[in-house]
Amino acid sequence: MNLALSDEQEFLREAARGALSRVKTIEAAREALEGGALPDLWPTVVEAGWPGLLVDEDHGGAGLGAFDAMLVAQECGRVLAAAPLLGLLPASGLLQAADDESLEAVAAGDVRPAWLPARPPGDLVEGWTVDPRTGKHRAPAPRATVDGDGVSFSGEVAWVPDAPGADLLVVVGVDADGAPVAGVVEASAARSEAVTRYDATRSLGHVTLDGAAGRRLEVTEEQLARAWYLAQALLAAESLGAVETTLEMAVQYAKERFTFGRAIGSYQAIKHGLTEVLRRQENARSLLYYAGWAFDDGPDEFPLAASAARSAAGSALDYASRQNIVTHGGIGATWEHDAPLFFRRAQLCRRLLGGAGDATDRVAAELLSAA
Amino acid sequence: MDLNDSPEQAEYRQKVRAWLQEHKAQAPEARSTRAGAEDDAYVDARRRWQGQLAEGGLAGVTWPVDVGGQGLGPIEQVIVSQEIARAGVPGILDVIGVGMLGPTIIAHGTEEQKARYPGPMLHGDEVWCQLFSEPGAGSDLAAVQTRARLQDDGTWVLNGQKVWTTNAQFAAYGLLLARTDPEQHKHKGLTMFVLPMDAEGVTVRGLRQISGEAEFNEVFLDDVRLPADAVVGQVNDGWRTALTTLMFERVTIGLGSEGMGYKEDRFARAIAADPDARRDPDVRKRLGEIAVELLAIKFTGYRTLTMLAKGQIPGPEAGLAKVTTVNAAIAAGELIADVLGPDALDEDDQWAYMISFLPGLKSAGGTEEILRNTIGERVLGLPPEPRLDKGVPFSELRAKEREAAPA
Repeated sequence: MNLALSDEQEFLREAARGALSRVKTIEAAREALEGGALPDLWPTVVEAGWPGLLVDEDHGGAGLGAFDAMLVAQECGRVLAAAPLLGLLPASGLLQAADDESLEAVAAGDVRPAWLPARPPGDLVEGWTVDPRTGKHRAPAPRATVDGDGVSFSGEVAWVPDAPGADLLVVVGVDADGAPVAGVVEASAARSEAVTRYDATRSLGHVTLDGAAGRRLEVTEEQLARAWYLAQALLAAESLGAVETTLEMAVQYAKERFTFGRAIGSYQAIKHGLTEVLRRQENARSLLYYAGWAFDDGPDEFPLAASAARSAAGSALDYASRQNIVTHGGIGATWEHDAPLFFRRAQLCRRLLGGAGDATDRVAAELLSAA
Repeated sequence: MDLNDSPEQAEYRQKVRAWLQEHKAQAPEARSTRAGAEDDAYVDARRRWQGQLAEGGLAGVTWPVDVGGQGLGPIEQVIVSQEIARAGVPGILDVIGVGMLGPTIIAHGTEEQKARYPGPMLHGDEVWCQLFSEPGAGSDLAAVQTRARLQDDGTWVLNGQKVWTTNAQFAAYGLLLARTDPEQHKHKGLTMFVLPMDAEGVTVRGLRQISGEAEFNEVFLDDVRLPADAVVGQVNDGWRTALTTLMFERVTIGLGSEGMGYKEDRFARAIAADPDARRDPDVRKRLGEIAVELLAIKFTGYRTLTMLAKGQIPGPEAGLAKVTTVNAAIAAGELIADVLGPDALDEDDQWAYMISFLPGLKSAGGTEEILRNTIGERVLGLPPEPRLDKGVPFSELRAKEREAAPA
């Protein structure tokens, strides 16, 4: 029994923090809201070896696992760093599973893939589906037409993380029988409309495929599901990092700001609010450990673990980001303050990749199915 | 990251499993505390079984060898607990004694006390109870008022009242925290005593809870006389001894949260039988949220166990696990009764019992509000709240409180 970070993992995390500290990502997050350009983190990402985190060493990757990827994602979340890992890492996982010819270039950072998220079927919902542009009705995954080693896709996938500027798109579609089919297409074969919403650090794209053709990826349905759940876990990890920063910010302020003759942190209501952030933070952290363990050693539990992590980390960030603003009083709600940046991050995260409520529902579904 | 046994741990587990296979036919049935505590014959059977577990090396796993323990670590303790649960037999009866009070005596007791008490405690010959909390001293444990007055002949006379005492009705001994010098600051005038529960002047009375059952007790002390060698640790240094007990309490809780049955799969089973409930979005959302909390606690437990195995004692933040568990269980009781309807409130049924037990459990071991304060101060480093009791002799405290209260 050992559920602690290994020395290598501690080092990976510290190195990530150090690499990201050289860029003023939080200031940039605010400037980007007014049209400023985000710093290009790709050289940092490549230099740190992150594109190859999940690619095996034979292809120039680090041969690491989901938990290591989550540690990096967490560090990015701490500082709202716009590193395109949410799109890249699930894509690289599928390319690795298929032993695709692009692996070396991906690991080297020469070619950047983005995964088009498709949600696996659930206990009440049949079929592979994608996030719609708006509303509750999910769209079916793009229609796939297989032709030998090739496949072409038609359909639209909205709100795709890190689609803008990607070189390759890893697409999950469904054939005429509804069975999932994966392929990799050149980004130029698709139309991608870059879009940001509310959180300027999150690069998203609405991707339209009109007979976009590419290589088929020989992967199992389980591997495709794993990509979805890996993305849930990565989003959870980013959110946990953001929770850490907001808690630190609020605690610091609570020690310094005085009202009615004593520090506001000495008031029970503030103390309780921040202790509640800590409680949710540590619960989320424990679930990230669960997800990390399950990815390698308990794959049957990975959907449950990743969904639980997403649910907990998301609600932790929702709570933490509001508590951070409220602890700061009025100033926490001003444009120039950092607290609203984390609020924006929380607001958008909640609605990406199926939405946080869906993750909670998946947890219930897993338990009800097993009961 | 690894949830599996090391080869040595796997070997140990096999040994434990084999012992249980061989002996489990001799075990009494596993009954919940509510059913078991009232029945003398059952209590005796549990004590005998504890003796057998001790003979087999399955009790006192982390106790030092020289007091009859196995000298092993927290992982081995967890392995034993897991295997006992797996075998479907009860564990030791005296979790409080073996988990917390025995280790306190081992840490602070005299050679005579260490020779006299741990052995019979371990074997279930003598069950112990913890006499700390009082009606006026729960979360603020150092505010105990049970008074021990030193007599000319070196003996002590005790008067006062203890509350929420588990197992007092059949305990042979209690570990009692009393005030020996009210002129000192409240933390400084305390002393720990060993109290024979059959001493003259000791009265045990059942404490009825919401459910109507009495799983706890009040213990009244009227001019109870104790010899000088009943003191554990130093006179007026009882708070240090108490802190040891509280630390072992945190460790014991950290190692054994399987006990209470607040499990996400059990709760899911209650819901899953109802096809309408399975599909209901509100039910699914609530079940999902409850399960997320309980799954988190399971893995917090593994993280804590990893720390313990490395010799690190969990800090006050470990108390948040209990907050999460209790509140998740409360939500589960609400959900299950919402799904099942009034039938769930049949008082012979498990759910009514759980629903009745939880409001009190929220305050057990200290109220949630005080715990959040303590964590805010000691873990987050936030400034303390204004308080009246710093640097003041205990004897002046009540007067100060009366002054401060609104007219």
